[in-house]
Amino acid sequence: MAELRRRFSTFVSVFIIFFFFFFVFFSAIVLPTLASVGDLVELEEEFTEELLLKPLPDRKVLAHFHFEILAPPSPVNGRHHHLFPKAIAQLVHKFQIRELELSFTQGRWNYERWGGSDPLSMANAKPPGVELWATFHRPESEIDHTWKNLTHALSGLFCSSINFLESSTAFSAPHWGFQPNSSVLRYGALPREAVCTENLTPWLKLLPCRDRAGVALLLNRPSIYRGHYHSQKLRLISSKLTGVKLEQTLTIVLHPSVERYGLDSFSDGSTQPSWSLNSLFKQQLMGKCALAKDSRVLFELEHDLASQIDETESDYTWRNAAFELSTMPDRVARVMKSLPNQDSSVLYGFEVSKSSDSMPMDVGIKWKLPLIWSSSHAPVYASRFLMGSGNERGSIAITFQSSHLDEWLSTGSDGCAVHAVVFQVVPWYVKVYYHTLNIFMDGKRQTISDVVKRMKISPSEDKLSPGTMELMLEFPCDMQSATLTLDFDKGFLHVDEYPPDANQGFDIPSALITYPDCYSSRSYQTVDTSHFKSSLLPKFKEGNLVQSYTEVLLVPLTTPDFSMPYNVITFTCTILALYFGSMLNVLRRRVGEEERLSKSKASERRGLIPLLLLKLSSKLRGKRPETMQHSSPLPSSSSFFGPKLFIKVVLVAVLAIFWNYYLKDS
Amino acid sequence: MASLDEEKPPAARKSRLIFRLFSFLVSHSNVVSVACLIAGCIVLLLLPVLAKNTYISENALMPGAAKSMFSNQDVLEANKLVRDIYDQRSVEPKSGTYIARLIRKRMEKVGAEVYHHKFKYDNIQFHPLSFFSSTTHSAILQNSSGCVSSGVNSIGIIRAPRGDGKEAIILVTPYNSEDIKLNDALSLGLAYAVFSLISRAVWLAKDIVWLAADSRHGEYAAVASWLKDYHNPVFSSDPWGSGIGSCFETNNLHKKNDSLFDEVAHNVFRRAGTMSAALVLKVMEKNERRERDRLDLLAEASNGQMPNLDLINIVHFLAAHRQGLDVNVGSFNFILKSALIKNLGKVLQALSKLAQSLNPTWKFGVNSGDFVEGTSTLASSMYYQALGVPTGSHGAFRDFQIDAITMELSPRTSFNNENGISSFLLRGGRLIEGVVRSVNNLLEKFHQSFFLYFLTAPDKFISVGVYMIAFALLAAPLPIVAAALFSSTSKATVSRNSDKKVSSSESWKWLYSAKVVFIVHLWGLMISLLPYPISRVPQTTSTNNMLAWIVLSLFSLLVLHLLMGSSRSHSEHCNWELLKSVSITAASVGLCLMSIINFSTAQIGAMLLVPLCLVVRPLNKQPQISLFPKAVYGIFSLLLVMATFPPVTLMILKGFFHGFSSVSMGDFWEFAEFLWVWNSATYLYLMLVHLPCWVLCVHILLHP
Repeated sequence: MAELRRRFSTFVSVFIIFFFFFFVFFSAIVLPTLASVGDLVELEEEFTEELLLKPLPDRKVLAHFHFEILAPPSPVNGRHHHLFPKAIAQLVHKFQIRELELSFTQGRWNYERWGGSDPLSMANAKPPGVELWATFHRPESEIDHTWKNLTHALSGLFCSSINFLESSTAFSAPHWGFQPNSSVLRYGALPREAVCTENLTPWLKLLPCRDRAGVALLLNRPSIYRGHYHSQKLRLISSKLTGVKLEQTLTIVLHPSVERYGLDSFSDGSTQPSWSLNSLFKQQLMGKCALAKDSRVLFELEHDLASQIDETESDYTWRNAAFELSTMPDRVARVMKSLPNQDSSVLYGFEVSKSSDSMPMDVGIKWKLPLIWSSSHAPVYASRFLMGSGNERGSIAITFQSSHLDEWLSTGSDGCAVHAVVFQVVPWYVKVYYHTLNIFMDGKRQTISDVVKRMKISPSEDKLSPGTMELMLEFPCDMQSATLTLDFDKGFLHVDEYPPDANQGFDIPSALITYPDCYSSRSYQTVDTSHFKSSLLPKFKEGNLVQSYTEVLLVPLTTPDFSMPYNVITFTCTILALYFGSMLNVLRRRVGEEERLSKSKASERRGLIPLLLLKLSSKLRGKRPETMQHSSPLPSSSSFFGPKLFIKVVLVAVLAIFWNYYLKDS
Repeated sequence: MASLDEEKPPAARKSRLIFRLFSFLVSHSNVVSVACLIAGCIVLLLLPVLAKNTYISENALMPGAAKSMFSNQDVLEANKLVRDIYDQRSVEPKSGTYIARLIRKRMEKVGAEVYHHKFKYDNIQFHPLSFFSSTTHSAILQNSSGCVSSGVNSIGIIRAPRGDGKEAIILVTPYNSEDIKLNDALSLGLAYAVFSLISRAVWLAKDIVWLAADSRHGEYAAVASWLKDYHNPVFSSDPWGSGIGSCFETNNLHKKNDSLFDEVAHNVFRRAGTMSAALVLKVMEKNERRERDRLDLLAEASNGQMPNLDLINIVHFLAAHRQGLDVNVGSFNFILKSALIKNLGKVLQALSKLAQSLNPTWKFGVNSGDFVEGTSTLASSMYYQALGVPTGSHGAFRDFQIDAITMELSPRTSFNNENGISSFLLRGGRLIEGVVRSVNNLLEKFHQSFFLYFLTAPDKFISVGVYMIAFALLAAPLPIVAAALFSSTSKATVSRNSDKKVSSSESWKWLYSAKVVFIVHLWGLMISLLPYPISRVPQTTSTNNMLAWIVLSLFSLLVLHLLMGSSRSHSEHCNWELLKSVSITAASVGLCLMSIINFSTAQIGAMLLVPLCLVVRPLNKQPQISLFPKAVYGIFSLLLVMATFPPVTLMILKGFFHGFSSVSMGDFWEFAEFLWVWNSATYLYLMLVHLPCWVLCVHILLHP
């Protein structure tokens, strides 16, 4: 038995040893191959950071920060991520977001001076305040509910009142006006939302290095909030195949600080101010974020400026006759010319990884020649304004000014036409009468059917939904200006919907004008044939629709006087008291009785003091006073208003004066 | 009338207190009305004493909280523009467009959006039914219209760096483009200096619009037409064909310099959101020498509308306490010199001292000098409100519910003294910067302070609750007397018909008088519309127009009398007391309505109309008194009736102020024309309330 047991134990131990060896062997040889197979399926999460700088024609500088985190679909990792922010991942997972864009903007984008059609401005010019739109991987019926939950989640995440978009009066469901075909899109805007550091901090927390390293190190709060335009944006794209992509961009327009009274020097010479990263941000760029795959600073010269430099017959090295860059660029790229007569812009690339704590990177430019250029023009400039005055009614007008239509449309024949899509959401308390739509073109009134090609209008419902207007207009190419007007009545809010104080007015969010015929795209080609991989530049390559947001409008509504409830209460109480008093008086009074009583009263009418005396004397005598004294006749009215009354009044007055001024003071 | 009381049945006497009180008032209507009238006049005279100090009600305004940035460097900028304008004037003295061009270049230099606004001056037109509407669609700009009859405003807009562009503050500088004087050039320079300073400001939250208004044919027209195009543009015309460029091309010597002129870009009307406040800035030359620079505030807009008191308060606070300017609001000099008011002031001072000696806690502290000044300021404030005509181009803003004020700055030295002018510009610039900054701080619209007030000094005001008392006391006798007259006639008919059966027609007798009153008011309406056809007749003098007006109105009165009042049997029935009662009722309703539209008109109207209504009674039905008082009464009422006829009142006033030699027939026509051009409701009051009431009073006076 023992023998058997020993043999068995040796067999087990041998088996274990053999198994161990086999395991070691297997793990040494087979597992790496398995793992490499897994790597082929599962891409790693990627983070890239880029900063694009661009001098603007009106002596300002555009700085565009672009951070991108890519999380491929990962069945292995499950809910764990290396770089991708967990908060956003949970959001995407829970609400089944297909696409989402949230922007916080302060200031207005100047389409005429800062660019009205280039891909960068098209993607990053946003209306003031908060704008949010999203599409979901969910059935139509669940979307409104999902949207409401999403707004709450986002407002918690970004410290802002996005939850105001929850109410059905605040968001709308555009069909084709906002994006060409979007049936499950929800759109909402809060023009009054103030944007400041409390929104930026949570936004930065989503980055792997926050603002401790890399390009984000430049985000010095005082300098970025001093700018003329500030728009932080978060964009999410998620799909089963490619995973989730999170793009975080921050677009700032800064004014390089110049000496205050250098006004004369640059106004005459009109040399652009020289600047560098350090002077713009008061912060130094020291090394890249260690987790970033790419970290790059780009410097762009617009095509009009580039052509001006071409005229000066200088090449595009970093030191030429027109300007001088402070650092040598690593790469230079030019836009591929799509049309022969089109100028092409120039792009310089700088690798952040070359810088370090001891040697910070300070990209800057020093101008040598005075240059005047203009930025890319929009085909049509749109602006919106209110007409009329007073608290009762008004009208909204949108004007279109054609500026450089011929550049956009190659066929200059008579038959050509440009399309414009107007998407406008109007709150319910501005009751727009859509039948009053009037269109004037070059001073002549047009019939609607000639100009409007497609129209979708959902009128507002009181306290339920805003009015949404989607219009596709067709203008002939030789149009100079066109105006679209809509009349409205100003409604009344419910008492508890008014802001607590007499307010400034109510806002109508920006309208969005899209030009479906006009695409802005730009693809770069490096001068030296080295590969130039960037996450930002492919964005420019995709055909972006040319679009522009109009101004936010302020509608002063009738504000009730909120001390009114008090007045109403006192008023109604007085009236009720009077009414009930007199009613009761009339009801309980019996006229015959009254007359008899008044006669008897009148007969016994006498002064108060004699009456008291009489009572007193009768008390003293222990007898009831005689009630009947028929002898006295009816006293005349003169006795009522007679000297007696006068004396009484005078007596009371004298007493009051005496008491007031001699007794009170002592 | 006191004898009525004896006849009252006892049941009526024992009715409720309120009725007894009313019947007491009615039965003593003579005493009550005289007492009310006197009390009303006393309260009116005491108003300067009752005025309170102004205070800044809206906390957000914070005037003077920030340090002023306007420095001597900006003054140099202003002086440079003034010099440039003068240099250009010597080069091309005829055309006025060089100023617009200069201003445009300066505006572009500071980074503002610039455009020119071309407008046409409207001729004086009578719009009979547009008194309360601001949206008058006047003649559309024609392509062929030259630049001679039109003006060119230059407008620059500074967009607030981080603002959302929903609100704007407007700066207006009117200048005469044909013949620019140094004061206009200085105001342009000052505005430019402030504008360029603000373009660099980081605190800006509202857009700033600078309107350099071409006031060749009147500054109001220039500002009003710009405002009209801002709020109610006309799209159906072709504004691009009108060609501002042509105005610049025709007489442009410097075409090469002007090559940057992009016609479309400078022709596009740009806007900047809802306007929150407007400041009209003018530099004036006053020849008197003083210790301090002077600032005159003008605030009265059409129909007695005033800007919010807070706007005046911040201007006064900054001007008086920060820049040390001598702030003035309009006042009447003749009251300052009047011995009557001076003596009244002295009496009040003595009385207040007496009161103070009785009880030291009473703080009346009336100073006779203050009283005289307050009275003269109050009188001017009331006069301009009552006239219903704006005192400056700020009036155009009030028509669109925008608070606006005109600031007239005048230096203490002459314009030749460069140092004096520089320090004056420095103070003016800081003042404007401060006001703009205060308004910029405002989160809401102006609503916190008063809209209904009179000023008795730049820092003293009387609110509506106080000045209403005077009017209420003046107007109170009218319904009481009307009731008294009505009850007396009903008593009379009852006593007369006591033996007979009271016919139903007798109790409705007042309808006949009501009909007469109605016809007279209808006539008033007719003659208020008569100036429209008369003014269409070309080439007539105002005297002829006036005569035509009088003849036509007399004729229409006759026609109406023949048509409507043909049944003389009824009019004979018409009792004068009933007629007076109904006409007084109509007048009191008219006065109360007017007090809502324009309080000052109603107040001054009541001072004329109420004594007339109370005094008048038929000449041959005087009370049973001796001959002498009767004659005095008759003459007094006749004089009163004469004096309250509007043309005569105007004539007396004009003669009193300018000497009787200047009085002419056409004065009233000119006055009426003046009123309707400015859409003043005072005209309507005169024609629809005052004149019919006067005619009825004459009718009563001559009643058989």
